[in-house]
Amino acid sequence: MEGSTAGGLVSETWWPLVMIIIAGWFATDVWRWLGVFAGGRLREDGELLIWVRCVATALVAGVISKLILFPQGVLAETPLWLRLAAAGFGFASFFAARQRVFVGVLAAEVFLVSGWLILDTMAP
Amino acid sequence: MTAPDQPDIDQESQNPPENTRVWMARGARAAVSIPAFILTAAFVGYAGLARETGLTLFETLAMTGFVWALPSIVVLTGAISSGMGILPAGIAVALASVRLMPMTMALMPLVKVPGKTKTWQLLIASHFVAVTAWVFAMKHLPDMPREGRLPFFIGFGAAVTSFVFCMTGVSYLLVESMPGMVAGALFLLTPVYFLCSLWGAARLNADRAAMVAGLLLGPVFFTYLPGLDLLWTGLVGGTIAYLGTRIMRRGLS
Repeated sequence: MEGSTAGGLVSETWWPLVMIIIAGWFATDVWRWLGVFAGGRLREDGELLIWVRCVATALVAGVISKLILFPQGVLAETPLWLRLAAAGFGFASFFAARQRVFVGVLAAEVFLVSGWLILDTMAP
Repeated sequence: MTAPDQPDIDQESQNPPENTRVWMARGARAAVSIPAFILTAAFVGYAGLARETGLTLFETLAMTGFVWALPSIVVLTGAISSGMGILPAGIAVALASVRLMPMTMALMPLVKVPGKTKTWQLLIASHFVAVTAWVFAMKHLPDMPREGRLPFFIGFGAAVTSFVFCMTGVSYLLVESMPGMVAGALFLLTPVYFLCSLWGAARLNADRAAMVAGLLLGPVFFTYLPGLDLLWTGLVGGTIAYLGTRIMRRGLS
């Protein structure tokens, strides 16, 4: 009984680290190493790489919309439309500022916080 | 001794370590920059997300240091929190990190000194390849002498990584005592940062189409196929975007 608890504790402590090393570090750095070895041999505009980049981009974009639509923690208390509007406003400002990321992020944050403050003061 | 007309080469071969150190220091100094500041802010936001997801400080820092690519880190965080197995999680992270390969490939000819640079040096430097350092390097390295580029890049990357690493830890500890609104604003930072920088990094219409497809399909797959939703979003959204723009580029050939 005690042994199994200890074993559970150990695996509970180490499992995330194994996960981080294999599914995180290895799965990421393997591409960097391949990039070093391929170093210019593979054509960067080849069809296969375009598709691969599309898959990667869509995957990360999926993460973005999940973070906005289904956030965790305090942000989940805000109404969905406010989060969408803040992100949209940030993205629009990013374009207006000739694609400067800094401006986009700042605009979205200002929009979110002001909207949040207004809602808070309106709430009874 | 026999080549007074080539003092530069002579000097360089006499004290290459010092030269390397100077370039590393220059790289580290150049790291104090707006892109690095934005990246730090994005990681501060991530620290809040990690804490909210239930990761420990140790896990959060291990991910920051080992993975060092925010999209992959966020994907892995999602995978761990939804109890995904190690294999699907690894595949999802690997898919999110593929872009690092062409990025590294594009950087290599810039930093390599033919016949002199060792492969292990490049492998170490490659760990710092992520959007921020890469964009900076592609922009500024070509103006530097070839010998200085690799140490400059390593100095830049190491400085940004260590600073961000420390700030991530500090904000992980502070986020609990932050007012709710500040913490909430931090959580929005990550997606908006990605939204803008992903669009900025897109070079082809295919990339932009893939981004739109992923934004739309992400919530759909999350609702109907939770667990492996990211893999499906990537594969289905990416393939639709690729095929659609391919037909537009070259017809049905």
